[in-house]
Amino acid sequence: MTDTTPATETLHDVTVSVNGVRHSAAVPARRLLSDFVRHDLELTGTHVGCEHGVCGACTVLVDGQPMRSCLMFAVTAQDHAITTVEGLCSAPDARTVPTGESMNPVQQAFAECHGLQCGFCTPGFLTTVTAYLEENSSPTSEQAREAISGNLCRCTGYQNIVKSVLRAAEIKAERAEEHA
Amino acid sequence: MKPAPFEHHAPLTVEQAVSVLTEVGHDGKVLAGGQSLIPILNMRLASPAHLVDINRVAGLDTVEVTAEAVRVGALVRHAGLERSESAYAALPLLRQALVNVAHPAIRNRGTTVGSIAHADAAGEMPAILALTDGVVEVAGPSGTREIAWSDFFLGALETSLAAEELAVAVRFGRFPAGTGTAFTEAARRHGDYAMAGVGVALTVADGVVSGARASFVSVTDVPSVLDLGPVLDGVEPGSGEWDAALDTAAEAVRGHVDPEGDIHASADYRRMLVTELTRRVLPQAADRATTPAPNAAFDRGSAVTTLSSTSSTAFGGQGASHD
Amino acid sequence: MTTQMFGAPIRRKEDPRLVTGGGRYLDDLGHDALAAAFVRSPHAHARIVDIDASEAIEVEGVVGIYVHEDLPGRVGEPLPLLIPHPTLTHGRTGYALAKDEVNHVGEPIVMVVATDRYVAEDACQRIRITYDQLPVVVGIEAARSGELLVHDDVPDNVAAHMLQEVGDVDAAMASAPHTLTLDLDIERSACMPMEGKGVYARWDRDRGELRMYSSTQTSTGVRAAVAAKLDLPLAKVECIAPDVGGGFGVKIVHPWPEEVLVPWAAILLGRPVKWAEDRREHFISAAHERGQLQRVTVGFDDEGHLLALDVKLWHDNGAYTPYGIIVPIITSTQLLGPYKPGTYRCEFWSLYTNTVLVTPYRGAGRPQGCFAMERTMDAIADELGLDRAEVRSRNFILPSEMPWDHGLLFQDGRPLKYDSGDFPASLAKLKDLVGWDDFADYRRQAEAEGRKVGLGIGCYVEGTGVGPYEGGHIQIETSGRVNVSTGLTSQGQGHETVFAQIVAQELGVRMEDVFVTTGDTRKMAYAVGTFASRAAVMSGSAIALAARNVRAKALRIAADALEVSPEDLEIVEGTVRVKGAPATSMSLGTVSVLSNPLRYAFDEAAKAATQFAGTFDPDKPPVADDEEPGLEGKDFYSPTQATFANGMHAAIVETDPVTAEIKILRYCVIHDCGTMINPMIVEGQVHGGVAQGVGGALYERMAYDESGQLLNASFMDFLMPYASEVPTIEADHLETPSPLNPLGIKGAGEAGCIPVSAVIASAIEDAEGFPITRMPISPYDLWELRRRHADGEIPSLHRTSRTTSTPSTSSKEPTA
Repeated sequence: MTDTTPATETLHDVTVSVNGVRHSAAVPARRLLSDFVRHDLELTGTHVGCEHGVCGACTVLVDGQPMRSCLMFAVTAQDHAITTVEGLCSAPDARTVPTGESMNPVQQAFAECHGLQCGFCTPGFLTTVTAYLEENSSPTSEQAREAISGNLCRCTGYQNIVKSVLRAAEIKAERAEEHA
Repeated sequence: MKPAPFEHHAPLTVEQAVSVLTEVGHDGKVLAGGQSLIPILNMRLASPAHLVDINRVAGLDTVEVTAEAVRVGALVRHAGLERSESAYAALPLLRQALVNVAHPAIRNRGTTVGSIAHADAAGEMPAILALTDGVVEVAGPSGTREIAWSDFFLGALETSLAAEELAVAVRFGRFPAGTGTAFTEAARRHGDYAMAGVGVALTVADGVVSGARASFVSVTDVPSVLDLGPVLDGVEPGSGEWDAALDTAAEAVRGHVDPEGDIHASADYRRMLVTELTRRVLPQAADRATTPAPNAAFDRGSAVTTLSSTSSTAFGGQGASHD
Repeated sequence: MTTQMFGAPIRRKEDPRLVTGGGRYLDDLGHDALAAAFVRSPHAHARIVDIDASEAIEVEGVVGIYVHEDLPGRVGEPLPLLIPHPTLTHGRTGYALAKDEVNHVGEPIVMVVATDRYVAEDACQRIRITYDQLPVVVGIEAARSGELLVHDDVPDNVAAHMLQEVGDVDAAMASAPHTLTLDLDIERSACMPMEGKGVYARWDRDRGELRMYSSTQTSTGVRAAVAAKLDLPLAKVECIAPDVGGGFGVKIVHPWPEEVLVPWAAILLGRPVKWAEDRREHFISAAHERGQLQRVTVGFDDEGHLLALDVKLWHDNGAYTPYGIIVPIITSTQLLGPYKPGTYRCEFWSLYTNTVLVTPYRGAGRPQGCFAMERTMDAIADELGLDRAEVRSRNFILPSEMPWDHGLLFQDGRPLKYDSGDFPASLAKLKDLVGWDDFADYRRQAEAEGRKVGLGIGCYVEGTGVGPYEGGHIQIETSGRVNVSTGLTSQGQGHETVFAQIVAQELGVRMEDVFVTTGDTRKMAYAVGTFASRAAVMSGSAIALAARNVRAKALRIAADALEVSPEDLEIVEGTVRVKGAPATSMSLGTVSVLSNPLRYAFDEAAKAATQFAGTFDPDKPPVADDEEPGLEGKDFYSPTQATFANGMHAAIVETDPVTAEIKILRYCVIHDCGTMINPMIVEGQVHGGVAQGVGGALYERMAYDESGQLLNASFMDFLMPYASEVPTIEADHLETPSPLNPLGIKGAGEAGCIPVSAVIASAIEDAEGFPITRMPISPYDLWELRRRHADGEIPSLHRTSRTTSTPSTSSKEPTA
């Protein structure tokens, strides 16, 4: 183990577009993207469950693709577009629900189908499923199960998450239709 | 679990990257996708003083298909290669193996070249490089060189890449016409490192096998290729002698591999497992050798199933029955 | 009547917030706080010789570094032994920071406080500790042998030895026509909530007040424990459980070392301090559960009736016993399930090992008890050549025999007395659901295809809703907003929704007007906590009683104002109105105005309540003698005993004939938790429990090496199931109301996980034809068992040598 802490850590100016808004902050090179989003930008919807890339709670969209924000450095995200769970609320197909929140189809489906309990892993599922439905708009239940099989949930036993994915596809199709 | 501090370098060209690597020597690590490296940094199992982040280096993100090979640049993500239709058409084995690499979110970030340079015997892509008789293209202070796969892997997590060198691409060799490939692995959970895995390439000419080879995941120290030609050549897939030939091939695998035990499975279990997986995967390759064009949908669909897909289940548990 | 809320699958009130990133979990708070990190023991058993922090203190950003010597007064004394059972003769607890000796890998030794967590970890890395290593005790067999000791002053490593007996077991055993002995083994797993623990504390120096947040299952418990440790008046400590990302038991323990140290540091430094547990910390320094060795001797008659059941348990309690011996007590009492044992004796030893401590994990000893009992039932059936469901059925306690007193003391020291349940009906439903009677045909078909399949079953009874009490408080604002609070905490069970359903139903208000707060000591100072599947029973009942009080008060006030009798009034959707004459009405908001006569008119509603508004009787005081101002009510529920839920599960598994891979083809659940408040939420609880059970049966184990290192302390190697590992769960319900509480409800939180290991073992055994006595089981384990069976080391089941029952030609496949 080498002891390399410099007296003062060099700070890097990082500019990232998060949920369509450009954010800049001066951070050390080792700042994980997850911590950057949560603690520097105070967008705490993204959660950290393991910090070794296995649980998927911290999954955000990087240029539309789901990635583990605990396995990326903020400096590497320079100039990329990040979408967090907060950003899903302003997706083009988000709609305001009766309780006042704006939700994209996946968010609404999880709320409809009891696809969450404690809600801690949920943001990672929501980002993952949102991106998945862009690729496969009408999954079978087997495909829905596979689509979520890189995210851990300790509460739901996944049954209602699979249902939520299928329901999200329906809502997405309904909204696409009403838009057309 | 936060990484120790390091100095971040963000070269824009291969030359700059090599120059930084030369400067920092063994204190430096290359950061591409980081999906293997960053967990190790977060747990402080490694604390390199310098990270050479190649993500901004131009020209490393392409997949090129030639008559002989599929060339994959150092910034091509697993998912990019997995989705590349031209790569799939040229070498279906790539996609067959890639869908077994961790989970999609990891594949979206992790690079194929990075996982080969990481040289984990439990990784799929080093085994695929070996199976395809592939080559690593390397840039160093004195120019570029190529390292054949057999000279590249030296040991667990150890390669012949020098500290000042950067792997800029790999070339996976294509197979002759009439070759079918297949890959399977068994992991404790879907997406985990495999307890054992095997990829095979089998060529059929005039109705009989005329060349077959296999390489393995998690059951050899370094990627290695077993030539199954001697036991399968001349046999007609599906014929009366096919089953016996498969048994002989499986026995050859048993003798070839040298697994280690861990908390998930003993060495003996792994040896049995890879033997059985080979037994099950060879007929798939034979089928594909005799089926003209690769069917993309079929291969994508096989992603989730490992061993289970080859056993016959009448009603498929795991949620499959509700379709 | 208002729309039926109670019993309806209402969507959760929590979810709009949680799916839009609006959840506020512990580490989402306190962006200005200093960060704490800990140096934890890398050794399982060692003496601390020297701690050198000189290099660490140089790290820029470090604010403080603390070791045991720095801890004043009670902060430096051992942590409390929370449940001091009389048979826990050798209870031991650790220190907030280790003093002289460490007893498990992960025990905290040094706390670093720094400007952020990165820097705090940098400093931790630079602290040099010299240890004298001591011999290590790992595993129950090593602990039981007593050759090496965890604590020098605890002979034979025995923390507690307990025996309960009902009837003359020895006599019944001696005269029993058949006896069998089973040696069983269950390994450790852990709760593993997706959010680790965490503490955040702020000290208000001007007021001398501490506000702390903890990711806990008991904020009142933490508050009291921290006040005691820090020598603060209770009135000067507030504890709030924010959104909590799962608990499953581990967060009921309190105070965790960090819950004492973080507030202490916040006071010392006069700055907010936060600690968010990382995953590795959670593995090595939180808590595990499940590990037991069991020996069951059973005597039974020719029909399979139990005559004598003699059980010995050796329970691994880890290095310390802060939560007492709740887990083995529950195993020893809940083991009996739905059966009459004839005579019963259970003796257990709770043993120290140099591993992280053991405290309740969902099921809390019941999965182990169920495993012992259900393995025994299968063994009896095999011995006698009887159908496994039939043997169970013959031993059931019947509905007509309820309430049934087993003559034992339960975990709360109160009688183990089942209040209700219809076990024959549950079994009939389960057999239908899984296709029990058609399975023999299905098996024959599968065997013809070269496949190995097996059917398994497991039954359990679960004591839920233990006391001592919970409370509910309801207050209606002049806007009509209904504020509800209860002191126990939420970790995803949907309390905001189910408690709102109870209030909506009892009070006659709309769901959207009800706002529930849990786990905030500012709102409800008296509470116990969320464990033992007790929230719905305890807080649900208390809130129902409180709602009835508020309703009565509202009717009194409205009756007075409307000049009718309270009996003539009803409340519908927040409006009090005369039955049959709905035009004569007033909103609950108006009733709230009337309930609180005011001097000052700060808004329109208040204006209506001032002394000069309207008419009044000058001879009466503004607030009647026997009333209090405000439309509010409070009540507590404190039952004499637990209420007993039950369930039965069955599974069909397939095992790969070569690789021994195990696949669950079907998983069926019949669940009875009395009257359901919200079936959607109950089903969700069952799903989650079954998934954790599947993890415990097939994937999760804590792999300690002999030096006490946990080899799989990460999500890479501790195999929590993904969606790809959890089967589709087919669930159906039976509702046998509890006679014990006003709503007829029983707890549902833990149920799903209880029988899963028993069921999967039963099914694998059925597929393989030899006994399965140890769980969890991996493909490699099964493959090894097959080898040993082939070598004659493991006997075959008797059924393999018997001819199967009459073959039938019609074969109905059990399908999902």
